[in-house]
Amino acid sequence: MTARQLTQQIRRGDTSAVAVCEAHLDRIKTLEPAVSAFNTVTAERALARARSLDALQQAGAPLGPLHGVPVALKDNMCTAGVPTTASSKILRGFVPPYNATVATRLEAAGAVIVGKTNLDEFAMGSSTENSALGPTRNPWDLDRTPGGSSGGSAAAVAAGMVPLALGSDTGGSIRQPAALCGIVGLKPTYGRVSRYGLMAFASSLDQIGPLTHTVEDAALMLAAIGGHDGHDATSSSEQLPDLLAALTGEVTGLRIGVPRAFLGDGVDPAILAAFNAALATLAARGATLVDIELPHAGYGIPVYYLIATAEASSNLARYDGVRYGHRTAIEKDDTLRTMYERSRDEGFGAEVKRRIMLGTYVLSAGYYDAYYLKAQQVRTLLRQDFERVFATVDVVATPTTPTPAFKLGEKTSDPIQMYLNDIFTVSANLTGLPAISVPCGFSAGRLPIGLQFTGRSFDEVTLLRVADAYQRDTAFHTESPTAAEALMNRPASQP
Amino acid sequence: MSDTFEAVIGLEIHAQLLTATKIFCGCSTAFGAPPNAHACPVCVGLPGALPVLNRRAVDLAVTAALALGCEVQERSVFARKNYFYPDLPKGYQISQFELPLALGGGLQMPASVGGRFVKLTRIHMEEDAGKSLHEGFADSDRKTYLDYNRSGVPLVEIVSEPDMRSAEEAALFFETLRQILVWLGVNDGNMDEGSLRCDANVSVRRPGDPKLGTKTEVKNVNSFRYLEKAIEFEIGRHIDVLDHGGRIVQETRLFDAAQGKTYSMRSKEEAHDYRYFPEPDLPPLMVDAARRDRIKAALPELPEARRRRLIAEYGIPEYDAALLTQTRGVADYFEQTARSCGNAKAASNWVMGEVLRNMKERAVAIEAVPITPAALAGLITIVEQGTISSTVAKDVFARMYDTGRAAAEIVAADGLAQISDTSSLEPIVQRVLAAHPDVVAEIKAGKDRKFQFLVGQVMKETRGKGDPKLVTDLMRAALGT
Repeated sequence: MTARQLTQQIRRGDTSAVAVCEAHLDRIKTLEPAVSAFNTVTAERALARARSLDALQQAGAPLGPLHGVPVALKDNMCTAGVPTTASSKILRGFVPPYNATVATRLEAAGAVIVGKTNLDEFAMGSSTENSALGPTRNPWDLDRTPGGSSGGSAAAVAAGMVPLALGSDTGGSIRQPAALCGIVGLKPTYGRVSRYGLMAFASSLDQIGPLTHTVEDAALMLAAIGGHDGHDATSSSEQLPDLLAALTGEVTGLRIGVPRAFLGDGVDPAILAAFNAALATLAARGATLVDIELPHAGYGIPVYYLIATAEASSNLARYDGVRYGHRTAIEKDDTLRTMYERSRDEGFGAEVKRRIMLGTYVLSAGYYDAYYLKAQQVRTLLRQDFERVFATVDVVATPTTPTPAFKLGEKTSDPIQMYLNDIFTVSANLTGLPAISVPCGFSAGRLPIGLQFTGRSFDEVTLLRVADAYQRDTAFHTESPTAAEALMNRPASQP
Repeated sequence: MSDTFEAVIGLEIHAQLLTATKIFCGCSTAFGAPPNAHACPVCVGLPGALPVLNRRAVDLAVTAALALGCEVQERSVFARKNYFYPDLPKGYQISQFELPLALGGGLQMPASVGGRFVKLTRIHMEEDAGKSLHEGFADSDRKTYLDYNRSGVPLVEIVSEPDMRSAEEAALFFETLRQILVWLGVNDGNMDEGSLRCDANVSVRRPGDPKLGTKTEVKNVNSFRYLEKAIEFEIGRHIDVLDHGGRIVQETRLFDAAQGKTYSMRSKEEAHDYRYFPEPDLPPLMVDAARRDRIKAALPELPEARRRRLIAEYGIPEYDAALLTQTRGVADYFEQTARSCGNAKAASNWVMGEVLRNMKERAVAIEAVPITPAALAGLITIVEQGTISSTVAKDVFARMYDTGRAAAEIVAADGLAQISDTSSLEPIVQRVLAAHPDVVAEIKAGKDRKFQFLVGQVMKETRGKGDPKLVTDLMRAALGT
């Protein structure tokens, strides 16, 4: 059931916030041992909150648009009084004293936060394997990764543990796991959603967004969390339009740009086939397909890994063992420097260290111009590519990922292979443009495939309209994940 | 100093902007709170916290820049200066680097120190760091405590060109700059509390050599006198090293005030690579022409201009004008008093005398002096009218200060009016003469300097209220001298 349907049922009195919360907590209890989507499940807190929402409804108080809907937050978003770890050993036991703006806004909209989900440490990764708390598994095939870095949120939504979850997307970290788990993932325009309280990975690229089953739910959730926030100087004062009203199903005359040259090597044939079929579906609904070129999109990966690591090396400097988080055991003759080095060495995982070192190098005297500055220049060229394209088309379509979900451990030894998984997603972060992934088919092995649309800056309306229209003609998003269903249908007597 | 060398000095001055709240969060900037009382997720660098720029801090920085003749940049960019230190919560300081808030400008120095125009390189905005507390705790031998109250306090860094040629000139530059910043209300000038700090870059070279010598930086010198001493010492040290065939090592040094010497803190080889890059959490700072012009229009008359005007407008001596323009408040106080009483020189004397003396003794600013300019003018007027003598007036001033009452009221209530009628004074004169026959004899024998003694005795009997001129006349008449 979608969040929209759930909240309507609660409002009608067909069920209650407590009953809905309990049902989801039960499902989490059953599936979590196999899926490992959550770092923390806040069952008591969630039930208390659901009870107070039911009381509000009884008292005839005005109810929020997400009234009674259970949600999960990626564990890099601060929640007051609830541990927030970024799946890093360096933040084990860290309990923020304040709420991220998105947490405050979700609660103000009536949502019930049921837990914090697993991620690649500090959102650095594409498989959720770089988690200090262990990997999350794909509900479609437990031997495979859910993607990442928002793998916990994607798996939780795909497995029906929550109807809605928030992820963060720096280079594809919402859209890629959404694609690999067969759900919808939306990265809004940079500045659309406040980053206040999001543990920064790369500040100029990070953006929070929804993971849901339907585009309609994504619109509902974005409406709740989006809009200007005085705590984030990069949040836009651009007015949030009526997103639900935009979902008209109407795509007649809408122009969809397809960068054929960019879809060449390395894309799985099953992915290409599903992508082409999806385009045909949209054309049949009245959209026009237009061949376009994005000459600089091929530089996306190197540009992304220069800028993202540079910013990360600075953003992660605060984890120094001084004020919070992990501090090494101090020996008698240790210097301050030793304390820093050992605390960080013990606290950070291998991928995080790799990126801090790369980013430190990129910003170093003598290299800054050749790497950081050059990357920023190419970033501008890429932005111009899209500006040019959006003069003639309304959205750009690509596959979300070059392959379906890969096996756990398959790419961990080869970071470059892992990085290439982001080939289609990094452009939206580098340009700040909104992008969405929707389910568009399955591989031969019944693994989900994602279709990505990228829209104009702050034009989530068109983006959501196309994606929603596509969902009206397809049923991929209604399919249940095989492995999770098998677990649910297991006789109660089995261990 | 050896005449074969010329000193080259540039200063970097950090001035705290007088805002109520910090530069990137809503925490108070008040000095003296218990450690970490003014700390929030933003200024202690909690994960996920983000900076939001304080507009008031920008206005104050622009005010300073315009007053110093700088070109305020329409677009400036914040940058991260990356280094690890426990008092730096984020592992980087938000500052400005390639594109600062303001460029150029400078200060005209007086002829006494060479009459140069000392140019400014730039003014940029940044946040202050916290404070490491190494002493004062039971376990201070093992632990360092951290206080983040200062973390995020707004600063401007004012960087001069290496245009100064003597320690005296540098100290005067710093002093003049301080006066202007305080005058503008941009900074409180309090060097003890660290709201104004100075680093000096010093080098020496042969006169006429266009190339600069290797420089050393003396950090954190917090008084004009120490700055002068530290630079003086550094110049001497450089010359000494070079005279002995040595080489100056580029390094950062600290000044030990007790010993009057500088010592090495770190050399260039140990210098940080700060890995500056544009701060992605803050959009570029835009100061459009309208905002700049609005601030410019609101600039007060600056100390130097004010000094010249006071001389021209009120006809007071240069000495008075210099003293009265130490702060804007004192200058305002003087002008209001002068206008109210119509006697500028009397107003100047009172402000330079009793008013400044009381401020110094009580360690208060002019704003805390309870006597209003109008009240002081009232006192000056009754002195002029002869109602009280200037001696009594000082006593009246003290009572005005303590009670807040008006001068006329005090004079009436306490019976302090001058005695200027002959019938009251004559008997006293006679009494004093009768009591001191020996003195009278001496005067009659030609020792006229004893005359003042007798006048003083009469004044004493009248508790200072006798009209001194009348007393003198009566005394002369009585003695027949």
